[in-house]
Amino acid sequence: MEPQRRAPKVEFLYWEGCPSHPEALELLQEVLAARGIDARVELREVTSQGEAEALRFPGSPTIRVDGHDIDPAGADARPALNCRIYHLPDGTVSPVPTREQLEEAL
Amino acid sequence: MTTAPQFDLEGVDGQRHSLDDYADADVLVLIQSCNHCPYVQAWEDRMSAIQRDYGDRGVRLVAVNSNDADAYPEDSFEEMRSRAERRGFAFDYLYDPSQGIARALDAERTPEVFLFDRDRRLRYHGAIDDSRNEQAVTQHYLRAALDAVLSGSEPPVAETMPVGCTVKWRR
Repeated sequence: MEPQRRAPKVEFLYWEGCPSHPEALELLQEVLAARGIDARVELREVTSQGEAEALRFPGSPTIRVDGHDIDPAGADARPALNCRIYHLPDGTVSPVPTREQLEEAL
Repeated sequence: MTTAPQFDLEGVDGQRHSLDDYADADVLVLIQSCNHCPYVQAWEDRMSAIQRDYGDRGVRLVAVNSNDADAYPEDSFEEMRSRAERRGFAFDYLYDPSQGIARALDAERTPEVFLFDRDRRLRYHGAIDDSRNEQAVTQHYLRAALDAVLSGSEPPVAETMPVGCTVKWRR
């Protein structure tokens, strides 16, 4: 019998001032469901610059799986209340991560 | 706000640009913009394309960055110059450190479009089109409004909801 995999800890940090977080959260939940991962997504709203710095929040949304940012390349950007930039494989940018980024992280 | 506000701002080309400097333009499109926002970055090639496609029809597209560069250093004038050069912007890109234009336009988002006709009356306000993903666009709001105004008719849609980052106001 295959051992049951521990559900990862999934954190979803967002700032209400950026409109991308509902789409990103929906995508995250779709990927979790598609992979059969029964993980509770811990939502955390970031509301101040001080909080952004304390949480090392490089922009909204920021998603961490077991403490690891799903896009390590962007994780060290200056903490700020802004929309996060995700760089896509085709060279364009997006305010939400790709499905592939999420799948890889999970 | 129903008419174009007066302005006199420095552009990334090193020149001052005032509303009167665009007097020859049949249509003036002001776009509240900035450097750091991924929504702006997703749309900026389309902004250049619109300027190239409509430039010889009397359209001037002017992007204005009013964000607080102290809090968001990526939006400093130097960074604006660097980005405009790197990305080959086909449109003027002006710096509004007093945030006067953003206030006069009552702008909330970047990017946010304000299209003014020959008499500098506001004829379209809102989004450039209906998707940050160029491949998914079905409604070309700004292009449709330009076609309408240039042909002397009403834009099919005069107002849409701009989608993007918030204007970063000084505190």
